[in-house]
Amino acid sequence: MRHATLSVRGRVPGIHDSRRVPRALHPVAWWIWALGLVIAVNRTTNPLLLILALSVLGFVVANRRTDAPWARAFKYYLMVALFIIAARIVFQSVFTAGLESGDHVLFELPHIRTPRWYAGVQIGGPVSLEATLSATVDGLRLGTMICCIGAANALANPKRALRVLPGALYELGMAVVVSISLAPQLIESVQRVARARRLRAGQRRGFRALRSIAIPVLADALERSVLLAAAMDSRGYGRTGPATRATRRLTATLLLAGMVGVCAGCYGLLNGSGPRLLATPAILAGAVLCSAGLALGGRRVRRTHYRPDPWRAPEWIVAGCGLISAVTLYFTSGYNAADLNPSFSPLRFPALPALPAVAILIAAAAAFAAPPPRRRVSGSVGVPDAAGGRIARPEVSA
Amino acid sequence: MIDFDRVTITYDGAERPVLREVSLHVAEGELCLVVGRTGVGKSTLLGAINGLVPHFTGGTLGGRVTVAGRDTAAHPPRELADVVGVVGQDPLAGFVTDTVEEELAYGMEQLVIAPEVMRKRVEETLDLLGLAALRQRPLIEISGGQQQRVAIGAVLTAHPRVLVLDEPTSALDPTAAEEVLAAITRLVHDLGLTVLLAEHRLERVVQYADTVVHLPGDGTAAAGPPAEMLLTATVAPPVVELGRLARWRPLPLSVRDARRRAGPLRARLPVSPPAASATGAATGETALRARQIVVRYGEVVAVRGVDLELHGGEIAAVMGRNGSGKSSLLWAIQGAGRRQAGAVAIAGRDPKDLPPREARALVALVPQTPSDLLYLNTVGAELAQADRESAASKSPPARELLDQLAPRIGDDAHPRELSEGQRLSLVLAIQLRAAPRVVLLDEPTRGLDYGAKAALHAILQRLAAQRRSVVIATHDVEFVAATCDRVVVMADGDVIADGPTPEIVVASPAFAPQVAKILAPLRYLKATQVADALDESRSLPGMVSG
Repeated sequence: MRHATLSVRGRVPGIHDSRRVPRALHPVAWWIWALGLVIAVNRTTNPLLLILALSVLGFVVANRRTDAPWARAFKYYLMVALFIIAARIVFQSVFTAGLESGDHVLFELPHIRTPRWYAGVQIGGPVSLEATLSATVDGLRLGTMICCIGAANALANPKRALRVLPGALYELGMAVVVSISLAPQLIESVQRVARARRLRAGQRRGFRALRSIAIPVLADALERSVLLAAAMDSRGYGRTGPATRATRRLTATLLLAGMVGVCAGCYGLLNGSGPRLLATPAILAGAVLCSAGLALGGRRVRRTHYRPDPWRAPEWIVAGCGLISAVTLYFTSGYNAADLNPSFSPLRFPALPALPAVAILIAAAAAFAAPPPRRRVSGSVGVPDAAGGRIARPEVSA
Repeated sequence: MIDFDRVTITYDGAERPVLREVSLHVAEGELCLVVGRTGVGKSTLLGAINGLVPHFTGGTLGGRVTVAGRDTAAHPPRELADVVGVVGQDPLAGFVTDTVEEELAYGMEQLVIAPEVMRKRVEETLDLLGLAALRQRPLIEISGGQQQRVAIGAVLTAHPRVLVLDEPTSALDPTAAEEVLAAITRLVHDLGLTVLLAEHRLERVVQYADTVVHLPGDGTAAAGPPAEMLLTATVAPPVVELGRLARWRPLPLSVRDARRRAGPLRARLPVSPPAASATGAATGETALRARQIVVRYGEVVAVRGVDLELHGGEIAAVMGRNGSGKSSLLWAIQGAGRRQAGAVAIAGRDPKDLPPREARALVALVPQTPSDLLYLNTVGAELAQADRESAASKSPPARELLDQLAPRIGDDAHPRELSEGQRLSLVLAIQLRAAPRVVLLDEPTRGLDYGAKAALHAILQRLAAQRRSVVIATHDVEFVAATCDRVVVMADGDVIADGPTPEIVVASPAFAPQVAKILAPLRYLKATQVADALDESRSLPGMVSG
């Protein structure tokens, strides 16, 4: 099998050879792709475009996710999206802002009189079709953005994505990883303790009931954390290189000054009233200081990567697809604003703007560009490529 | 390889040191078994080897511990990671990554080992421990035995010279435990690793040990050859008990050795043990009747239409591998767990239809993790709460019950600080306060040493004498042989065997306790039966020659 791929690699340049061999795409590529779609989706409330984006997400996830537990999470994000839409509609109906002329009234809720100083928002009253539609689309947009993040989580193992953090932030990444791993165990222990409560017949409601669940669960979690910390310590976590007190202080100072610069710059840019000229240099200087701090801090942490994910053509293409969608929608929003954010009063069917639709469809190309994921294999297929070739290298046997 | 030079370890706030003036030497390539009752300092001794004690746990270390020439006082655990590999009880608690392969590599990444070397070592370790087929599997999806093998593999990839295992099988079922112990003995024989192992199921490992370190409980430690040390040790597997009784010297440590010596003893014993020592017979009245119990979790059917009938005063064991439906059956009977179909009748009522307060007066369940039921800060508060919960019952106060089960547990003690056996007693006392007719225990012997098991045995006998019915779900063959009248074997949600303990247990080579294996075809299950039979026949002369 390996022999065959080698010969293919010899003949066809570009992406085609690596498309054949199943492997995991670099997690950062998936995250860039997904964040690109988030930016794109954020620019539009056109329901056709949003549904198109959702279809693209579903298509890519269905074709390129692994069978690992975290890859099954996408449907939960879809449920959250549905919940957001429903919640948005309910809020819109209850806290309605009143009717405009020509609105179609769907039904009427009991009206609660609000004091005069609170006249901006009514509680209850007539619910119009137009307001409900725009709430639905608004919820759909937020839901789609959340599904983008869900897709990234399903396609790329979040823990692997954290491994690309610079060395200086390694400890921070590790803390996130540990908290991610403890979450499912916490859920399991809540279920177990809740079931066990029935055996004891204590208080069913109120503070005592909460306590009878919280205390055993927290004690369990604490015990587990201590065990994990001991295990990590025994396995060499935190074997620090020669870091002097001076370097540590310098790192901290650089990072802190850099962050202050970046924050001040951002504030200057976004605020508008401040001196804009100073903002860009402040951001740049801050970024430089931060990078220096990270580089200095990273020198201290020495560790190696087992099977680091390569960044090859498919990664460029997947990340590029997401960026193209983002950039296209970001810059075309001025040209066809009416199509990107259609109004529902007067009521009419939204048009599908061609360029943004194509831009979102381009993101679907990730499903073809990304190599197929490594699925669990029962037979010998896929196993030899993992062990293949490298064992015989001379420097390894030394 | 490992040297303890007059080591004294005192935890902060403790009155007495856990270890006092302990001097030990463990040579390279030895399998050293650390034995002793719960709480005598086995974990402390093992933790001191890679510096977790006192660097991580706190406390004061006197004397010197050196491993491969490195003093643990000067080297924290992470600096010893390339020399000492540590594996704990619960493999899941120590996992840092998601998949088998990444977990194997994690330690090496910390040790800055070159990627090519890592790649090679991961492949070697996968083969060595038979994990190759699981390489990409998520760690939470594989079985307990596989998880523990991954945990061992994950420290082996760093190529340590010492492997420290603190009760590696205590959270596993017997098949998984067997799998892990087989892997450990293979490592000792093939790789020449120095292994220190604390294990409470001595019957499984003692025959492989080169040295036994015995901690009698007063802070001292003594090391020596297994056959000598076990003559007087405070813990002993059944084969050793029988050997002590029959005065076999040197003490046999395996069933095979003992069986070869047992000829004269077998000739001397009557075929069946004296009736007096048989467990108490159940009475005619039916205490519990369960019909066609079905439990499903989505697609998975955990219990498929099981019938179970129990008499007052009967102690029954439900056995079977993990996932065979034992726990689900107990929870379904109690009514707190799922039950999709079937009916249970205890005194004519179904606990599932009753509010929890009334249900627990019919049937009490002690779950696998008893601490799930404890949420107050002191033992006294838990007992008072139990009295309030069951104010209507006629049973004596919870304090009195606890004193019968486990004396000397103070009101001020924190429930989490109790030993496994004491915690089990506390939860049992709380549950018994409701005066239930039926008591269900899910894996009660997990984590108990021989002494605590004997105490539990006495407790269950007393419950049976009060005409209560007891059901225990367990893997512990020796405990079943000693305690239960009846054994129900489950597989894949079905009951596949149900009958008196001697019939079920002796007939099966896998389930038979050690004494039964040694004395077959005689029908003895435990060493005390042999002792009684010998007392009766007064045939003591001649035994010495046996």
